[in-house]
Amino acid sequence: MNKTFTRLSLALSSLLPSLALAAGPAMEATQKQPLNLHAIVMFLVFVLMTMGITYWAASRTKTASDFYTAGGGITGFQNGLAIAGDYMSAATLLGLTAMTYTSGYDGYIYMICFFVGWPIILFLMAERLRNLGRFTFSDITSYRLDQGKVRTMAAVSSLIVVCFYLIAQMVGAGQLIKLLFGLEYNVAVIVVGLLMMVYVTFGGMVATTWVQIIKACMLLAGGTLVMFLAFSQFDFSIETLLEKATAAHKKGIKILSPGSLLADPVTAISLSLGLMFGTAGLPHILMRFFTVSNAKEARKSVLYASGFVGFFFNVIAIMGVTAIIIVGTDPQFFEGGVVGGKLIGGGNMVAMHLAKAVGGNLLLGFLAAVAFATILAVVSGLALAGASAISHDLYARVIKKGKVSEAAEIRVSKFATIGLGLVAIVLGILFEKQNVAFMVGLAFGIAASANFPVLFLSMYWKGLTTRGALVGGYIGLFSAVGFVLCSKSVWVTVLGNPAPLFPYEQPALFSMPLAFLGAYIFSKMDTSARAKSEIEAFDDQYVRAQTGYGAAAASNH
Amino acid sequence: MSDAVTARIRQNPKYQELINKRGRYAWTMAIVVLVIFYGFAMTVAFNPAVLGEPIGTGLVTKGMVFIFFMFVFFWILTAVFVRRANSEFDAMTQELINEAWKDSK
Repeated sequence: MNKTFTRLSLALSSLLPSLALAAGPAMEATQKQPLNLHAIVMFLVFVLMTMGITYWAASRTKTASDFYTAGGGITGFQNGLAIAGDYMSAATLLGLTAMTYTSGYDGYIYMICFFVGWPIILFLMAERLRNLGRFTFSDITSYRLDQGKVRTMAAVSSLIVVCFYLIAQMVGAGQLIKLLFGLEYNVAVIVVGLLMMVYVTFGGMVATTWVQIIKACMLLAGGTLVMFLAFSQFDFSIETLLEKATAAHKKGIKILSPGSLLADPVTAISLSLGLMFGTAGLPHILMRFFTVSNAKEARKSVLYASGFVGFFFNVIAIMGVTAIIIVGTDPQFFEGGVVGGKLIGGGNMVAMHLAKAVGGNLLLGFLAAVAFATILAVVSGLALAGASAISHDLYARVIKKGKVSEAAEIRVSKFATIGLGLVAIVLGILFEKQNVAFMVGLAFGIAASANFPVLFLSMYWKGLTTRGALVGGYIGLFSAVGFVLCSKSVWVTVLGNPAPLFPYEQPALFSMPLAFLGAYIFSKMDTSARAKSEIEAFDDQYVRAQTGYGAAAASNH
Repeated sequence: MSDAVTARIRQNPKYQELINKRGRYAWTMAIVVLVIFYGFAMTVAFNPAVLGEPIGTGLVTKGMVFIFFMFVFFWILTAVFVRRANSEFDAMTQELINEAWKDSK
């Protein structure tokens, strides 16, 4: 299947005219090649560049603060780009283009659900996160509560979120790279795992941030170019585009209104809750707030990040609709040349086919390299978040009770990164044939149900006690996992049972209220002396959250 | 338990003023976003047909325009919020810390 997909037309010289002719119909493919050379060359350039940065970053990564948060010296603009880079995964580029291509308007609904968490994070959380946190979000949840127990809970749910997200990314990476580059699945997974280990262990947060910034720029540039070239075929007229798209799509005019994806109200609301509050509970995203010097820069980060993310979603929406016509009516993109049959390389290849159709192999190669770089950047951010949960939370704070040297903590963090990298490679290979689509949903579900409620209450509700935080957090964690295990995508699709035990795919609508309720009831019932002192400690914590007085400052470089 | 500066900040009436003012502002913004967004989510859930109606004579539907409006409007809200928080509120915060710092000396 990969052989038929990756075709090389001619050498570089012949590609410039083909770019100029991009307004015309799709190009002829002249010969088949098992390897996509453009993509590989461009990806190697990216790797070389990021390796150079990692080398530079390694010399600036000395303290724990450098390693976890780049010394707090990232600017709001840089962090905004990096957050956008972290948030816009390959699943966003490929999955949402494909969703718009097949379902039309439903794809756009998903995009606004993914976007709307950002303003809420800005209004209610960004400032407090920055003022209270230091290296991980567990710093905040355990600020005035029992260090050992609450930190362990937060670290465990962070690690679970990170692991599911990592597996989904690794499996996606392997399959994508197999298709785009003509590399073996296992080779691709190992390459991603190894590169990630190098970035994170040597360059820490400095290198991870720059990998994300470069990747975000590539993604924005590549996506915008494809959109521009594709949209120009319709004279940049939405009306012409929609007219042709509804004529070309087998669902016709139905693609312009909400369809079957969100037909059921419970699913629609549960999904929007999960995506919105899941974003505010993803450890690798939360960690990015600690890389800037103060609350001012943290707010700016969200402003820039949401600008880039919002812009890019609209680019993807247009890409998806233009693909209905440009890709959907061109036999060269279908298996056996049957229009309306199975797309070569599967449904997720829509964005790639579109790039080839409007910009030839050079643009296809570029977008493929972008997709690879995207996976690498997201995986690196995840690994760093996971590693800091192990080294900073579990090792330094819980096991050693804070009595540990910075050098030892960083060393543990590096081992943890290598460990996570190996786990990701092994699981990536084991899960090759599994449908891992549910894992991203599960990661968001757990983030929304376990991380978010406790984090939010710890910053906003004076009455939260250790007991309430633990019960709420664990209820959120187990109920989210439980609901997903019993849902159709695992119970039926993966485990092969005839009917699901839980009728919905999205857990958030049920597991989030359970977590909040658990945290509330058990905090209220907690009349211990410890609970009393925890409640009293809130007012001082609140001063720091509100004013930043006493917050972790940027280290000097 | 609180250190001198933190205690001073807590006693300063400007602290209450800051957290009330900024809190009210932030929650108003958040509620505007939540009401608009969940109003939309409820429409998707219970009355999806409305979103498929064309807005003019062409094919562009109300649903498309509304999502695009949310993207733009929510981003403008973030810009407005950041502007005010980074100037007015941060100046108040700085003043508060400086006063507390001086008093505790």
